[in-house]
Amino acid sequence: MDLGYVALQLFNGLANGSFYALVSLGLAVIFGLMRVVNFAHGAFYMLGAFAAYLLLQELRIGFWPAVVIAPLVVGTLGMIVERLLIRRLARLDALYNFLLTFGLTLIIQDAMRLRFGLQGQPYPAPAELAGSIAIGGAGYPAYRLFVIAFSIVVCVGVWYAVERTRLGLVVRAATERADLTRALGIRVERWITPVFGFGVGLAALAGVLAAPMRNVSPLMGSELIIFTFAVVVIGGMGSIAGAVTAGFLVGALASLAGVLNPALENMVAFALMAVVLLIRPAGLFGSVDAG
Amino acid sequence: MLAEIRRRVLPAALVLAGVVMTLVLPRLIYPVLALEILLWGLFAMSVDLLLGFTGLLSFGHAAFWGVGGYTAALLARAFQLPFPVAVLAGMAASALLAVPFGFLSIRRRAIYFAMVTLAFAQLIFYVVNEWRSLTGGENGVQGVPRLLPGMSVGRSIDFYYAALPLILAGFFLAHRIVRSPFGHVLAAIRDNEARAQSLGYATWRYKLLAFVLSGGLAGLAGGLYAVGHGFASLDLLHWTTSGEVVLMTILGGIGTLWGGLLGAAIVLLIRDTLSTASEASGVVTGAIFLAIVLAFRRGVLGTVGERVAAFRDRRARPVLVETDTTRA
Repeated sequence: MDLGYVALQLFNGLANGSFYALVSLGLAVIFGLMRVVNFAHGAFYMLGAFAAYLLLQELRIGFWPAVVIAPLVVGTLGMIVERLLIRRLARLDALYNFLLTFGLTLIIQDAMRLRFGLQGQPYPAPAELAGSIAIGGAGYPAYRLFVIAFSIVVCVGVWYAVERTRLGLVVRAATERADLTRALGIRVERWITPVFGFGVGLAALAGVLAAPMRNVSPLMGSELIIFTFAVVVIGGMGSIAGAVTAGFLVGALASLAGVLNPALENMVAFALMAVVLLIRPAGLFGSVDAG
Repeated sequence: MLAEIRRRVLPAALVLAGVVMTLVLPRLIYPVLALEILLWGLFAMSVDLLLGFTGLLSFGHAAFWGVGGYTAALLARAFQLPFPVAVLAGMAASALLAVPFGFLSIRRRAIYFAMVTLAFAQLIFYVVNEWRSLTGGENGVQGVPRLLPGMSVGRSIDFYYAALPLILAGFFLAHRIVRSPFGHVLAAIRDNEARAQSLGYATWRYKLLAFVLSGGLAGLAGGLYAVGHGFASLDLLHWTTSGEVVLMTILGGIGTLWGGLLGAAIVLLIRDTLSTASEASGVVTGAIFLAIVLAFRRGVLGTVGERVAAFRDRRARPVLVETDTTRA
């Protein structure tokens, strides 16, 4: 087997893993504070990609501004959804918000299909990153390296914000003991909408980053969200480190399995999930009492 | 006297009315739709067996519906089997698949259980999609014969009546499971698993058996669905299928069992009416989802049952307990 080819596949896997990591990171942040599993996260990822596409088509706004604008726009949409819908079910069993966001996914996805059709739309990589970089004698697309590096920076930034800043302290306190946090005079509720918007924004950012690598299509989010659920079960729900590590791990392993047999690529995440359930049901980084 | 009527005559009358209803249904609406309603209804009942009576939301039941369908279709085509044999084989295959699937999934609870089942069902989807030599990949299994020695079941209406005994047997089985001592242990697990454990029940065995029975029933329904349509396609296994059957279950009423049939009828009739007017089926299904989850969580039979119970001055037990999580 050609080692250079394996290395290329590994980098491809890490690039895919970047999307899993960003999307499951958003899921984990939302789940942490709200105990909501947002099925619509895949749809928001897709909307992020479409936002970048439409910014370019309609307003001639390129990739770099879109990296900022698209997550802001889609994140705002997420905050509206939280205020109008998700908040109503916040006090009920978490399954109801799972079902609500599932219904929302069907609506968003089908509405986009009716408007734009199922044909994937190409989106160009930014000119600065159009070339390739030599790694071990083989050329590798610079854009994909950028995606990997950029995602790692974002993940570390989020980890830092949650673990090392005062805002993160409040969010973690509210996550663990909402009542006690309130009793200490902190208004937990005011953080719920922004945190939801932030999590959705991360999904949209992943969508923007994915746009030049994959065609922009209404269905791009639905398969990703199910992979992400497997990633989250592997990493341990609610764990930021778990979400990110499992995301890159699944991406890399899937691509390496694809070297052996392309048919395996889609199945690795689920096989890994089965193994984790068997050996460590709470997930690699999860706490045992998580349910 | 009145109690005697309520205890003996009323159930018998209800069963009779139900059977008569299934007999005249294909005369009221067209036979293909009538068959779809009964089969999706049985599918929804299999989901309710877990959701309403064991407290587990499976979001991956398309796997069993689809594997039952593919198995029945492949066997019927390859060996020219009578359709009941092929369908029962499909049911067995689904129940068999439910053993490892369930064993792994019941290691997590609540929302995690939903995510894990959804993910495993997607694995089955990819396996069937990639195994083209057997399953035909995106083309599916086509040209499935509908055979029954000594009877002609080529016409939809004839197939409906030929399939009816199997469907009614499935309904009866689901009903018996729920009413059996086993079903009562499941309800105890649903209401408080720790308490059931402390009473000495190995709860995971009960949950696993419930999962396998549920998977088998879904496989029975899926097998009849595939043979009835003459083909098995990837749609059977798609994640939206898992969601739609949960929708029907909730619409009918979680924990009512027969509500699933009602939910299936409502969703399919709405879609049948609208499909001529618009092509936005996902928007319609999603909107129904939102409306039910936001405003109609008890479902049709759940609401009716609540009224009846209030009338009898007895409190109905909520199934998915709507606790205030902030107090937990």
